[in-house]
Amino acid sequence: MSEAEDRPAARAPARAEQDRGWRAPGQDAGWLNPLRERFLLVLLVKKELRVRYRGSVLGMLWSYVKPAVQFVVFYIALGVFLQLSKGDPAYAVYLFSGIVVINLFGEVFGNATRSITDNQALVSKIYLPSELFPWASMIVAFIHFVPQVLVLLVGAMLFGWSPTLVQLGALGMGIVILVVFTMGLGMITAALNAAFRDVENFVDLVVMVATWLSPVIYRITLVEEAIGGTVLYWLYVLNPLTIVVELFHAAFWRHLPPTIEVVAQDPAFASDHVVGLWWVGLVIATGTFVIGTVVFERRKRRFAQEL
Amino acid sequence: MADDLRVPERTPAPGRPGPDMIRIEHVSKRFALRHARALKELVFAAMQRKKLAETFLALDDVDLSIRAGETVGLIGFNGSGKSTLLKTISGVLFPDRGRVLLRGRVAGLIEVGAGFHPDLSGRENVYLNGAILGMSREQIDAKFDEIVAFSEIEEFIDTDVKYYSSGMFLRLAFSVAVHTEPDIFLVDEILSVGDEPFQRKCLDRIRELQQAGRTMVIVSHELDMLEELCTRIVVLRRGRVVHDGDPGEAVRTLRTS
Repeated sequence: MSEAEDRPAARAPARAEQDRGWRAPGQDAGWLNPLRERFLLVLLVKKELRVRYRGSVLGMLWSYVKPAVQFVVFYIALGVFLQLSKGDPAYAVYLFSGIVVINLFGEVFGNATRSITDNQALVSKIYLPSELFPWASMIVAFIHFVPQVLVLLVGAMLFGWSPTLVQLGALGMGIVILVVFTMGLGMITAALNAAFRDVENFVDLVVMVATWLSPVIYRITLVEEAIGGTVLYWLYVLNPLTIVVELFHAAFWRHLPPTIEVVAQDPAFASDHVVGLWWVGLVIATGTFVIGTVVFERRKRRFAQEL
Repeated sequence: MADDLRVPERTPAPGRPGPDMIRIEHVSKRFALRHARALKELVFAAMQRKKLAETFLALDDVDLSIRAGETVGLIGFNGSGKSTLLKTISGVLFPDRGRVLLRGRVAGLIEVGAGFHPDLSGRENVYLNGAILGMSREQIDAKFDEIVAFSEIEEFIDTDVKYYSSGMFLRLAFSVAVHTEPDIFLVDEILSVGDEPFQRKCLDRIRELQQAGRTMVIVSHELDMLEELCTRIVVLRRGRVVHDGDPGEAVRTLRTS
C-alpha cells in the first residue's frame, strides 16, 4: 500500500456525494471529537473512575494518601536529612507545589499512553472516536489533581498565603501549559504504544526522571550556580515542566511572608526569571499538542489492526 | 454519530429494495501478520535481515452495493474475510484500497457486548453502550425501560455485569443494539448465543426491523437460519466475492465448495 492510498482524503466522499448523505465509515470530527461527543466522554470518565477504584475501600481517598506519603518521605529525607529546607522556612509549600505538578504530569502522561491499549476491547471491535480515550484519561487525572491543589491551598494559607490576581494567573497559566503540553506528549505515546508496548515503559522512565529534572526538590538558583550560562542550563529552563513548576512556586511560595523575608536579606535566594518565560512554555506546549494531534490522527486508523 | 444526516426515505413496501445505503467500492485490505512486537525483536530482525512481516490479503477487490431494506448475509469459511468486511463497514478497520461509503446511522454489533464493562452495572452499561452506538442521553432515557423490558433482566439491572450469566449479558447487549434504531444494522455471529426462546425473540425483532425497511448485514455460520432470514447472500472465499444473490443458491455454493 502506498502513502497516497493511506490518506483519508482519498476515501472520503466527494462534496456532491456528501450532499446526498454519503459518508465514509469512521469519518469524524478528528481532534474536535471530544468536544462534540461530550456525553460519551463523561461516560468514559465515569467508567474509568469506577474501574480504577473497584473493590477498594478507600476509593478516591487514595489520591490524597499517595501524595501525602510522598510528601512526608521527601520532606524528611531531602528537607531534613539533606538539609534542603535549611534557610527556607516555607520549604514544605515549596516542595508540595512541585510534587503536585509532577503528579499531574505523571498521571496524564501515563494514563494517556495506556488509554488505547487499555481500551483494546472497544478500539478493536466497535467504532468510536479514539480521541476520546486519551481525553478521558486526562480528565480522570485532573479529578485526582483538584483535591491535591486544595490541600496545597490550605498548607499555603497556614504560612500566611494571601493570593493576588497575578498569583492566581500564574497558577492558571501553569495548569494550562501543563495540561496542553502533557496531552500533546500523551497522544503521541498513546498512538505509538498501540504498536509497540515498549513505549509505556519508556514513559514510566520519563515520569520518574521528571521529578529530578525540574526544580521540585531544590531551588533553581542552585542549578544556575552549577551550570548557569551553558546550553544544558537553557535546556533545563526551557523544559516546560521547569516553567510550570516555577509558575506554581510563584503562585504559592514566592510571595509568602516568610519567603519575602528571606529574599529581602538574600536576593539570590529566589529568582523570577524563569517565570517570565511562561510564554515560551505556552508556545512549546501548543506546538507539542499540535504535533501530538497530527501523529494521533494519522495513526488512529490502524489501531484496530495493531492491537 | 451524526443525526443530522439526511437519510433517504425508507422503503415503503417491504421486500422491494430502495436506494443504495452502503457502497463498497473495490475494497482491498491487507494485514501484516507481525512476528515481532517488541523493540528488541525488531532490532534483532533488522540485524538478521529477516522479513519483518508476512502479509495476508483479507479482502481482495470486494465490490458491493447494498440497498435500503435488504438483509444481506455474509457467509464463508473461517478466514474468508467476512468479519473484516463487516469491520470495514462499521469504521473499525480502514481499507487499503478502494473505499466504503454509507448513509444513515450504523449500529455494529460486531461481538456480543464488546462495549460492555464487567465492573459497571447493567444500567451504566446500557448508557455507555447506547452512547457508543451513537444515542444521545435523551434518546437513552426515553428508550431505557423498553431496552430493559426486552432483555427481561429487570431485577438485575443494577447489578454489576460481571455477575451476569452469559445469557443475561447477551440479552442486554442485543437489546441495546436493536433499540438504537439504526438505519444500518451490522450483526456478527451473535444469533447463535442465548437460549431458544430468546433467539426466537431476537429473530422476531430482526424481522420487525426488516419490515420497517432497515438495512442489515449479518455474518453467521448458521446457514439455514441465514437462508431463511436474508434476501440476499454473499459468499466470500479468501477475501473475494464468489457468489452474490439468491440465498438458497449461495448456501449450496458454499456447501459444495
